[in-house]
Amino acid sequence: MTLSRDDVQKIASLARLELDEDEITLYREQLSAILAYAERLEQLDLTDVPPTSSALTLKNVLREDVAEPSLPVEDVLFNAAFHTENQFKIQAVLDEVA
Amino acid sequence: MDISSLTLTELRQALRNGETTSVRVTEALLSRITALDNDIKSYLTINDEMALEESAAADGQLDREEPGSLLGIPIAVKDIISTRGIETTAGSRILDGFIPPYDAFVVNKLKEAGAIIIGKTNTDEFAMGSSTENSAFFTTRNPWDLSRVPGGSSGGSAAAVSAGLAYAALGTDTGGSVRQPASFCGLVGLRPTYGRVSRWGVVAFASSLDQVGPFGRDVADCAALFQAVAGYDKRDSTSLDVPVPDYEAELTGDISNLRIGIPKEYYIEGIEADVRAAVEGAVGRLGTLGADIIEISLPHTEYALPVYYLIAPAEASANLARYDGIRYGPRIEGGDLLESYKKTRALFGPEAKRRIMLGTYALSAGYYDAYYGRALKVRTLIQNDFLRAFEKVDIIATPTSPTTAFKVGERVDDPLSMYLADIFTLSVNLSACCGLSVPCGFDDQGLPIGLQLIGNTLQESTILNAAYAYEQATGWHRARPSLVAN
Repeated sequence: MTLSRDDVQKIASLARLELDEDEITLYREQLSAILAYAERLEQLDLTDVPPTSSALTLKNVLREDVAEPSLPVEDVLFNAAFHTENQFKIQAVLDEVA
Repeated sequence: MDISSLTLTELRQALRNGETTSVRVTEALLSRITALDNDIKSYLTINDEMALEESAAADGQLDREEPGSLLGIPIAVKDIISTRGIETTAGSRILDGFIPPYDAFVVNKLKEAGAIIIGKTNTDEFAMGSSTENSAFFTTRNPWDLSRVPGGSSGGSAAAVSAGLAYAALGTDTGGSVRQPASFCGLVGLRPTYGRVSRWGVVAFASSLDQVGPFGRDVADCAALFQAVAGYDKRDSTSLDVPVPDYEAELTGDISNLRIGIPKEYYIEGIEADVRAAVEGAVGRLGTLGADIIEISLPHTEYALPVYYLIAPAEASANLARYDGIRYGPRIEGGDLLESYKKTRALFGPEAKRRIMLGTYALSAGYYDAYYGRALKVRTLIQNDFLRAFEKVDIIATPTSPTTAFKVGERVDDPLSMYLADIFTLSVNLSACCGLSVPCGFDDQGLPIGLQLIGNTLQESTILNAAYAYEQATGWHRARPSLVAN
């Protein structure tokens, strides 16, 4: 598998990463090499083999829907770069309605 | 008495006998860190003030009838584990300055046991790496040879314990990140069965593979720390609600008739001659101690590396999506929200970016079945290999890593060669096994070599006891880097 520069840019965009030209060149080579290595999995006959997504058989863990104490708001906001009026502050994502 | 040379269990005895105090121990350790850690660089944060306060409090409780099992003993914690009020970066600029509002479950357990959190240790960024060279801050050095890496990703924890800068330490092991640095630094390091230790409060890398594990200078120390942190936690839905054995009490040293499997697929080309010789010698020794040595096959071993490097990055790409500069970490603002995401996420280092992209690709439309889906199926085959093997044997013995500690800078430009450092440890994470590394000798350059013992699900006692029997018979664990002896 050899990735093109467009492939690398598309993946970066999906992952919300911004790459410079050098990074695109580097990751194109390195990711292509790693994916080529992964192609050895194609040697195996996987007909009727079920997938395993966890080491152990997991069950849903449920509890009663009862409110429990949570962290104080000021503790939660402490690490935010920007906050205001007890809320995280971000840039506007909706256009203002006239 | 040279306090720094004591093992954790020896120190525990000395504290209870009144031969020393926690304050004296902590002060001695802090001056040792000041003297040595400029060269070794094992710590990202030293928790000096709080540690001294907690030591003084611990000294007031030492005369209790049943003191906490780690009362007054300084323990180091990998900087990917949340500590309330102490900066936790996961080795990443994207968490620079992050002060967790709560303790991870394991940190809570350490505090309940009376341990003193002496500091936070260096790690590859988000535990992605085998050398600490992917830390955004600096590279930790191997106390046995400062020109070499300590292994990784928990290399800071391993170097700290090896150099006598902590009595034991916690790391995390997603693909070998406790066992491989334990091997490189001449320590005992345990990767528990998935679910044995809660992941609550541990910065997530690959959620189906991550597990916290202890480092000790010997098996008893490793067991004592493991004892303190193992157990059920309702806040981790993958935590196992099963009783925790008395790991220290189960170290009898008796391994007669223990069936030890030797998988032929692990004794391959590319293993250094000294590593092969030391591991074969160790297996022979286990035989003379009464174990039955049985050749076995784990036929899908060669596929563990590609499976791991599809599954772990896929899970990482999802876990690391949360770093958007909004709730924690620095934010670098752009013209709009999307641009701010991208500028902020440029704080990720090269390996984190590489794995985020690899995982994003493996999960993306059109490639999911060919990469991620296929990897999940081969994971089943790797698990089945172990299930079949454990019908015939009780534990499995292999080298921990194909080489001893490599030079700083030697592998940074070639990710695949770095990934190969974990080739013998990855299968344990992909399956429901547990594994440890125990020192089994030195190569011709005086670098430690590790023997990996793999146990079936929740059979930590079995592998710890086999390691204990071996250690007591050989004494490799008593060797210390000369740096420490000076």
